[in-house]
Amino acid sequence: MDFTFTEDQLAFRDSIRSVLEKEVTPASIRARWQSDHGEDSAALNMLNELGVMALLVPEAQGGLGMDWVDFILLAETCGYAALPETVVDDAMVATGMLTDLVSLGQHVDQVSALLASMATGAKRVGCAHIINPYSNFAHRKDWMLLSNGNDVHLVPRSDLTLSAVNSVDKSRRLQKIDWTPSRRTRVADGEIGAGLQRAALNRGALGTAAQLLGLAQAMIRQSVDYTSTREQFGRAIGTNQAVKHLLADCAVSVEFAGPAVYRAAYTVSVAPQRADWAVSHAKAAAGAAAELCARNAIQSHGAMGYTWECDLQIWAKRAWALSKDWGDGGFHKNRIHEWLLQPNALLGPEFTFGKRYIEIAESAAA
Amino acid sequence: MDLLYTPSQTQFREEVRAWLGAHVPAHKLQSFDTPEGFEQHRQWEKTLAAGNWGMVTWPKEFGGRACDLIEWLIFEEEYYRAGAPLRVNQNGIFLLGPTLMEYGTEAQKARFISAMASGEEIWAQAWSEPNAGSDMAAIRCRADREGNEFVINGQKIWSTRAVYADYAFGLFRTDPDSSRHHGLSFILVPLDAPGVTVRPIDQLNGLPGFAEIFFDNVRVSDFNLLGGEGEGWNIAMATAGFERGLMLRSPARFQQASKRLVELYRQRRNDILDLSIEDSVVRCYMDAEAYALSTYQTASRLVAGGKIGAESSCNKIFWSELDIRIHETALSLLGARAEVEPDGEMDTSDLGAWLDGFLFAQSGPIYAGTNEIQRNIIAERMLGMPRK
Repeated sequence: MDFTFTEDQLAFRDSIRSVLEKEVTPASIRARWQSDHGEDSAALNMLNELGVMALLVPEAQGGLGMDWVDFILLAETCGYAALPETVVDDAMVATGMLTDLVSLGQHVDQVSALLASMATGAKRVGCAHIINPYSNFAHRKDWMLLSNGNDVHLVPRSDLTLSAVNSVDKSRRLQKIDWTPSRRTRVADGEIGAGLQRAALNRGALGTAAQLLGLAQAMIRQSVDYTSTREQFGRAIGTNQAVKHLLADCAVSVEFAGPAVYRAAYTVSVAPQRADWAVSHAKAAAGAAAELCARNAIQSHGAMGYTWECDLQIWAKRAWALSKDWGDGGFHKNRIHEWLLQPNALLGPEFTFGKRYIEIAESAAA
Repeated sequence: MDLLYTPSQTQFREEVRAWLGAHVPAHKLQSFDTPEGFEQHRQWEKTLAAGNWGMVTWPKEFGGRACDLIEWLIFEEEYYRAGAPLRVNQNGIFLLGPTLMEYGTEAQKARFISAMASGEEIWAQAWSEPNAGSDMAAIRCRADREGNEFVINGQKIWSTRAVYADYAFGLFRTDPDSSRHHGLSFILVPLDAPGVTVRPIDQLNGLPGFAEIFFDNVRVSDFNLLGGEGEGWNIAMATAGFERGLMLRSPARFQQASKRLVELYRQRRNDILDLSIEDSVVRCYMDAEAYALSTYQTASRLVAGGKIGAESSCNKIFWSELDIRIHETALSLLGARAEVEPDGEMDTSDLGAWLDGFLFAQSGPIYAGTNEIQRNIIAERMLGMPRK
């Protein structure tokens, strides 16, 4: 039993965070809002050079073959920076699904080659899941993984009809995707396809939960900084208990969402077939924390918080969008509710760890 | 990160489960805030100590098992699973014990720890005074040095377990010219000493769970001074850290309560009209899990050599509000029957236990530093917001 990250994992998180702090500034994010395609190529190149897209690609395809626990702090850091580019979704969901296809022996040659190109950043693949009505940055992907019933298709962008839909978060570029399924693009069907989509939902929700955690932390930081310097009645407004308590509540919500996110990352890695409950807890808790932080951060910023000029909107609007992405709080709490009603659900502290994973881990070891 | 128990941790769990299965009293003990119940609970402490299960994290020389914090969490999980009695000596074993081990002399440890572990001496807290509650640095109760003794005069209040306890520990002003957190000392006082008057205070459930203590020229040997004279404040802060930190309210307590809540919900859900009930039940279960996850994370960090910090104030807020929500939800599920007291004729299930727990839960956000004080600590020490 060891619920800590390794020195290497923490050091990697710190190095990514310091790069993002320098390269992904509010000014650069606002510059993206003005551009046609909404991305910053320099930022993408930098992330590729850091190997972000290669982390989860198996070693056989030229990646680093790391797992979700290795990646989760990076996803959190991307949220902290409010990074607009969809590296977390692409790395966790699209890479994950392509990797599954290879291990299931589906279209191995084509998919392996694509994974190798993803690892270097030469090719970009996204994954649209039925739970999200629109797909963020689909217009910037070379390939999209799409579903049609149980079937999963790998479709080149040239076969898609995309129509842009505006998000409240100008950093997001939503696309409505119209396409015609054909045998030519189908890479999985039946139970295999359904399984791939279930896994994609958990990975997408997990990556989003981690980003929400980072967004929440960033909004607390900004509010502490602002209320420590903004003065009224001759002193910093942050000396007032009413303001302190708003932000203390945010800190509590983040403090108890974090371990749920990390446990979910572990569960998706070790016992993915039993990860629904842990992922839903993570997403519901992180979404609620980020929503609370957005609300209290705006309140702490006073009228400034309600302006376009204030950079807080970059984080608050992302939090509002992501808390509903990959299943909103209602969806995920419903999954937990269904599980709690199962007569054979393992409830109680002796099952928080252990039994939920043990059989899966043992069969994996065997 | 490895969230599987090791074989030795699993074996430890089985050992705890087997021992508790053989020793936990078949019938629920009376409340330890009654004279009979207090003695029953003291007896249970002796039983625990006889099996070396009194305080598993303590060194073996003091009757412990030198367990790490993960094993302690496992022990607690089994303890609450078995429905074992509440710990009447929790002020001693969870608060004073660790403080003694850190600040006590060898002679003090030898004198007090074993007697505490065996249940021979049950401890009460004596921090607050009529004008020193959340503002503990306003303490006025004096302990004047006369040779090898302190002469104590003044009053303490809200002293938990003081009605039947043998000893109290708390802060006293040993430097009459000092103010605020200077000049305070941490002193251990026998409650049967001449000049001590204990006046019980009935709590919300009608039982005397705490008391006022009046000191009239009470003479205490300076052997009972813990740490240096005038160093009481820092020692008390360390004790408060234990209280808010990991030891006092282990997650298993809330996980068992939320499990019982889910069971109650399964029985009653079709009769309930309250539209918020599903959400409340799910949130209670999630939050009890979250508290456990957070505690395991902190315990892992401490086992690896880290230190507990201001984030422990988050714990206090989280579990106390969770405890209230669990019980509010249970009372919602019980509807109009929720008001029925323990031992009432309707009490065929654990109707009364929910009401009892609900009353007790009201104290959570108040004791051990109110949640408002905790929010100040989080804002100032964890987030770095300005004090003034």
